[in-house]
Amino acid sequence: MLKARLATCGFSSRQRKNGVPLREEFTKGIIRQNPVISLTPLGLCPTLAVTTSLKNGIAMGVATTAVLVSSNLIISIFKRLIPKEIRIPCYIVVIASFVTIVELTMQATLPPALNQQLGIFIPLIVVNCIILGRAEAFASKNTVAASFLDGLGAGLGFVLALALVSGIRELLGNGTLWGLAISGRYEPAATMIMAPGAFLVLGLLLGGYNLVRGRGAVSAAHAERIRPASRKPKGGEGVR
Amino acid sequence: MNLSAYLAIIFGSIFVNNFVLARFLGLCPFVGVSKKTDEAVGMGMAVIFVMTLASAATWCIYHFVLLPGEQTGQNILSFVIGNRVSLVPILKNVSYILVIATLVQLVEIAMRKMSPGLYRALGIYLPLITTNCAVMGVALLNTTDAPRHFNFLEATVQGFSAGIGFLLAMLLMSAIRERLALSEVPESLRGLPVAFICAAMMALSFLGFAGILGTG
Repeated sequence: MLKARLATCGFSSRQRKNGVPLREEFTKGIIRQNPVISLTPLGLCPTLAVTTSLKNGIAMGVATTAVLVSSNLIISIFKRLIPKEIRIPCYIVVIASFVTIVELTMQATLPPALNQQLGIFIPLIVVNCIILGRAEAFASKNTVAASFLDGLGAGLGFVLALALVSGIRELLGNGTLWGLAISGRYEPAATMIMAPGAFLVLGLLLGGYNLVRGRGAVSAAHAERIRPASRKPKGGEGVR
Repeated sequence: MNLSAYLAIIFGSIFVNNFVLARFLGLCPFVGVSKKTDEAVGMGMAVIFVMTLASAATWCIYHFVLLPGEQTGQNILSFVIGNRVSLVPILKNVSYILVIATLVQLVEIAMRKMSPGLYRALGIYLPLITTNCAVMGVALLNTTDAPRHFNFLEATVQGFSAGIGFLLAMLLMSAIRERLALSEVPESLRGLPVAFICAAMMALSFLGFAGILGTG
């Protein structure tokens, strides 16, 4: 059941190949297989919802990384004890427990305003498919050290993507970066820190990623989309 | 029973605070399953179904299991731990996600037995819903993160209308993407990027509803 889900998320189960240096497991998630800026982006809800300022984005990214690293660690330690049939509920309970720990820690240490802004998206780390994806695709099949590094790398990639999106949005929508005014003469476009700006920035970033990645790969990935439709598109009129 | 309160919840969760376009919940299926209108409608229907049930179930968990003893300290765990401990912050994530995952499995089994036709139409979307953050989001927004106290019916209505809002967004998006598939889009924007840019314009138009209910 989850296989279909993970396939749509761009994950395929795999075991580490022999001879791949451990360093590689750490570095791959940061840029090359970044969870968000890719052909099959994951973890979209927090990426768009809490990136109204650089501070929020980084806080969200660090919280997710903490959960990702801890759950990868625990799942790779107990991988032989978890029965195959009920592994997904087991992963979910492990992840939810760590989310609770991170949530309570953040409420105790961070300023209340920041917690207020992150709101329900901290508990919703439970259903972030990056974490379940890494648990299923990597931690359940690999050693503890490799899973730790894999979680840390993917987490850093997520922080990086959130910092990019939130930095652009804060700069354009508020004229500031990390709360500091950049230019006195800039009239902020408030739409950028509202809902539409989030979609727009992510869309353009993904477009830029495709541009950098090379046209050949992109058209191969989307070739099936361009084939002629067998029937007329419908639905546009009925819901207006 | 105050009808206008229910109307405000329905209108609020479909238009003003649309779960996808204003609250950013359930984006993975919104971009993942919105290539074709049939699939989008199937997914939307399955989400309405699960969200309504999940709202009802998590409201009951919150009010009958987690909340009792919040003041007195006499809750279901106090005989194990002994001292006063509040269950809501430590157990809400684990209990909600387990209830949702179990519910999705039960719905799948029941649907396969009782209504094979419906199962064929919606079955493949059900497993994907466990990790749909809109479902857990509505559970949290009904209980711990609610702006005010919701009673059982209000919570269920909010779950149902949030599902309708999700279906509306899916339907609009899939209709746009079916047209986009046939149009000339710059090579590097093809696929997801242009879908996000269209979603930005949809969100822009949904901003027009903001403020209709006063506080929004």
